[in-house]
Amino acid sequence: MRESVLAYRGARYLWWAVALSAGSIALYCTQGGLQRPNGGSWQGYVLGTVGAALIVWLTLLGVRKRSYRSTLGAVRGWTSAHVYLGMALLVVATLHCAGHFGWNVHTLAYVLMSAVVLSGVAGLYVYFRNPTLIADIRTGGSRAALFAELFELDNQARELAKHCDAVTGSLVKSSIERTTIGGSVLEQLFAADRSRILRIDPNAPNAAAVLVRNTDQQAAINYVSDRLTQAEKRAEPSVLQSLVTVLCRRQVILRRAGQGGADICDVDHPDQACFADHRQVPEMPGQHGSGRVPDACPRVDDG
Amino acid sequence: MADKFQVVIVGAGPAGLSAAARAAELDSKHGRARPSYLLLDGFGLPAKTIQRYQKGKPVMDEPGYLDIRSDLRFSAGTREQVLAGWVEDIRRLRINARLSATVSQISGQRGEFRVALGDGTVYTAEHVVLAIGLEGNPRKIGATGEELEGVQYQLDDPKEYAEEKILVVGAGDSAIENALALAQQNDVWIINRGKEFSRTKEANLTKVLAALNDTSCRLQCYYETRISRITRDPGRSRPLQVTLQTAAGDEVFEGDRIIARLGAEPPRRFVESIGITFPSERRDALPALSQTYESNVPGIYIIGSLAGYPLIKQAMNQGYDVIEVINGNQIRPADYPLLERQFHGLVGDRDPDSTLQRFKQIVPMFRELNALAFRELIMESEVIVAYPAGEEFEEVRRRMEALRAADAGRARARRATRVIREGEVIYSPGEFGTSFYTIVAGEVSVQPADSAASVPLGRGEFFGESSLLSGRPRAERVVAGAGCVLVETPRRTMIKLMSSNEELRAGIDWIFIVRELQRHFVPAANPRELRDVAARVEVRQYRPGQVLFKEGETAASLFVLRSGNVSLSRSGPAGQRLVAQLRAGQLVGEMGLMGDAVRRETASATVASEALELKRPEFIALCRRPDARLGSLRRDAADRSKDIARMAVQPEAGALIDFMMSEGLGEATNVLLIDETLCVGCDNCEKACAETHGGLSRLNRRAGATFAHVHIPVACRHCEQPHCMKDCPPNSIRRSASGEVFIDDTCIGCGNCQSNCPYGVIRMEQAPTPKAGLLQWLLLGRGPGPGEHAGHGAHGEGGGKKTAVKCDACIGLANGPACVKACPTGAAMRIGPERYIDFIEKAHR
Repeated sequence: MRESVLAYRGARYLWWAVALSAGSIALYCTQGGLQRPNGGSWQGYVLGTVGAALIVWLTLLGVRKRSYRSTLGAVRGWTSAHVYLGMALLVVATLHCAGHFGWNVHTLAYVLMSAVVLSGVAGLYVYFRNPTLIADIRTGGSRAALFAELFELDNQARELAKHCDAVTGSLVKSSIERTTIGGSVLEQLFAADRSRILRIDPNAPNAAAVLVRNTDQQAAINYVSDRLTQAEKRAEPSVLQSLVTVLCRRQVILRRAGQGGADICDVDHPDQACFADHRQVPEMPGQHGSGRVPDACPRVDDG
Repeated sequence: MADKFQVVIVGAGPAGLSAAARAAELDSKHGRARPSYLLLDGFGLPAKTIQRYQKGKPVMDEPGYLDIRSDLRFSAGTREQVLAGWVEDIRRLRINARLSATVSQISGQRGEFRVALGDGTVYTAEHVVLAIGLEGNPRKIGATGEELEGVQYQLDDPKEYAEEKILVVGAGDSAIENALALAQQNDVWIINRGKEFSRTKEANLTKVLAALNDTSCRLQCYYETRISRITRDPGRSRPLQVTLQTAAGDEVFEGDRIIARLGAEPPRRFVESIGITFPSERRDALPALSQTYESNVPGIYIIGSLAGYPLIKQAMNQGYDVIEVINGNQIRPADYPLLERQFHGLVGDRDPDSTLQRFKQIVPMFRELNALAFRELIMESEVIVAYPAGEEFEEVRRRMEALRAADAGRARARRATRVIREGEVIYSPGEFGTSFYTIVAGEVSVQPADSAASVPLGRGEFFGESSLLSGRPRAERVVAGAGCVLVETPRRTMIKLMSSNEELRAGIDWIFIVRELQRHFVPAANPRELRDVAARVEVRQYRPGQVLFKEGETAASLFVLRSGNVSLSRSGPAGQRLVAQLRAGQLVGEMGLMGDAVRRETASATVASEALELKRPEFIALCRRPDARLGSLRRDAADRSKDIARMAVQPEAGALIDFMMSEGLGEATNVLLIDETLCVGCDNCEKACAETHGGLSRLNRRAGATFAHVHIPVACRHCEQPHCMKDCPPNSIRRSASGEVFIDDTCIGCGNCQSNCPYGVIRMEQAPTPKAGLLQWLLLGRGPGPGEHAGHGAHGEGGGKKTAVKCDACIGLANGPACVKACPTGAAMRIGPERYIDFIEKAHR
């Protein structure tokens, strides 16, 4: 219980990988005589065959993962072995080529293989770091709940905006309409925020509206709180106070959505992971899950 | 003078229709010009319940082992096919029916019953057949004009009405749901007698209050208002004039329609008004009937679901039989051949009627049962016969095989005697099983899990009651002895009988208490010696959250937990802190009688629980016996205090277990947990589930609660006492010996389990289209790939058949649950309650 892939069965496959590497090194060391160690000796061939077999086996994880009825051990064990033996492949392959690098297709293959292994190490880092991060961002709620709250806050803010003066009202509405989350994969990875507000400057010659950056919703919050000190009517301060509270809560929710809105799983389906810009979309983007597995909650009968 | 009939049939459901059809057939056979019967129903169409099914809903013909015997046709099909068939038969047989006629009163006696209708008509009849079902009639508004056109008591399709002014009467869930749906395109007013909506589900309450506050929604509410008069003037544009008695005075409302949703009057009160008695006050009690469906009022017969038979086919067969009985024809019930099969493996006389009689006389507890109930019990049970290994056994086995071979062509095999060898194990400790065994002949030997000695049980005794009542796995080994004949009754049948028969319930309760006393305190005592003590033990029931005892009280008793789950908590500087959770079969508060007389913890039920309360004097009396298990009792109590102390010093662990209990894991036997520190959200668990279960995942990873990085997804917990099993008409939800609760292929798609499951893990789904294989997908791109959703086949006849689907913990997979096996990171795990503490300690290491 509660055992990571690396610790699976007391890190059994770590010892397999160590043994494999040690064996490979020992085999490599038996090369000698007239030639420098290289891939053409019988030891080189053995190491090459072992490496090739490892590569084939490593790709089989994809098959095992999708053979849901398989009785060939748990996927967790396979993953654990994949991680350790995959790293051992670097040792085996390097010993196989014995450091003969050059501007040729062999070296290209070696570099590509190493890149794949290193990408796996990067993936492992994500596996370890992100689940806790995502869980913390969600604080127990689901993504759908996050977006449900966001939409509720949007509605509250719109309702409050109706009771404000025209300039503040339109500014708040524009801040909702022009809030963005997600976007391209890069924008998602770096939690880019292209949110804007439409600001009307009543003192400007023709009262033109200008688009202003509203990164982290700060501009909207600042405007409304500034406005609070210049309230003109008696009822205005209480409306503005509530509005500031709603906008701040919105800020908190949007930060969470920006950081953890997309599931890691959605990387398989980047098209689905990109939220449409959060502009007056009729349905909740939070509801468009991966779309492959039906919702296990009882739902309205579709007859 | 009122019309007189030989029989008046009340209720035009499957049972009543079939009875009327039989009567019509007999009339034409005997050449009677005037019908000898009358069929009455309060609804305007026959088979109200089926009429109300949604369009195209498949109607199934379970149980498959029973043959239909009726003049009406019936086989599985869609709602429309079944109803169309009946309508045609009703026309063909010219059934003498009067619909939209509510029976208000039945009085008189055999030969001279007076059946009075709501409109004042009175019919007289020699016999009355009640086939009114369990649904009851809708409650009326209770004001003049309640029957006018435009006043309706149900709403089939809210989209039928547009741009009307509608009053919705009632403040329950159905009223609110109707009002909200109607307000989409009508102006709707809710008439609420109270000041607020107090009888609704939380979700509906939120919705209705939001709608009432929303100025754009066309819904309004009259609070503290009732209707005093309704009149109708078709000349006006809004034909109904409704006088409302509001808190501010009378008001006249003009509208198009009134929809009253005031709930239904349960039929029990009406049935009792006729003079028919129910054996107990329990809500699910059924009236006592004779073998010919006759009630305690001679001449009044009860059939269908009110008699305890919820399936269409059973009800139709009874309709046929009851008319034959009334006409004085001695016919064998349709289930007669089934009984023959049940007794086919017995030695000697195997005539069903005399064997039934014999069985009933042998078992003291069954003597009190009425004939029909006992027949039902045997029909639902399995008869097990043990023969010595050798020639005799082989011969009977061959006889049974021949019987089964004759059944080979049937869709579903019918039950027959189970023949075993003497010395075979009936069940072993740790096996899940909730059936109840009665010994009709011979003996069995019972050996408790923790002792080497075995106790013989003989003729008339029973066993298996402990798992039946607690839902826990078996705690003993039972071996078939010489010449034993057993009746194995499934849990559902037993529960039904126990709620209708006080003696049976008391008898089982008593033996349960005696055996629990033996198990915990005095293993060698015989039941007679424990009679006095057992009589003073009380069975207590607790609602979730109810307290058994409080910290600081002086202890006067200990509890043996019979079913459910209890948590112990201690108060500390940071409030109540949970320190232990106890399961069925364990002792609660034993320390109070064994040294420390002050309660150190507060015990409260986490789920609905039952416990036996044993007071100090009885406990002392038991402890004085020479065979008292004092040593092990003391040892267990000391272990318990150690465990409690261990949990008490880890408040975080207590908080986690508190969370798990609040999520209902107290009643789970096998729960899926996801460690959020490891879960990467790959959904491989759901994909594996879908792939191993015909394309539909039975778990929802994203839904469900999370606390301290432990996520409880929406997935079946295989409860000790599964809520889903409670009300399954074909009894298709079962539990395997290894504990998995699963639905077999006899599901009729009624959806009861879905609404009974408090954890939302059961869905009604139609089977998706099968997928192409992995290689075909990989190389040829055929169909959706592994783990991808397959989509449904064409809707329509047969294709749209929805049945219940739920997790079966991968009962057929050698490798264990696919969701756990497919998890690449080890985040998903399935554990039982015995590993909770272990799990929690690991979580906080």
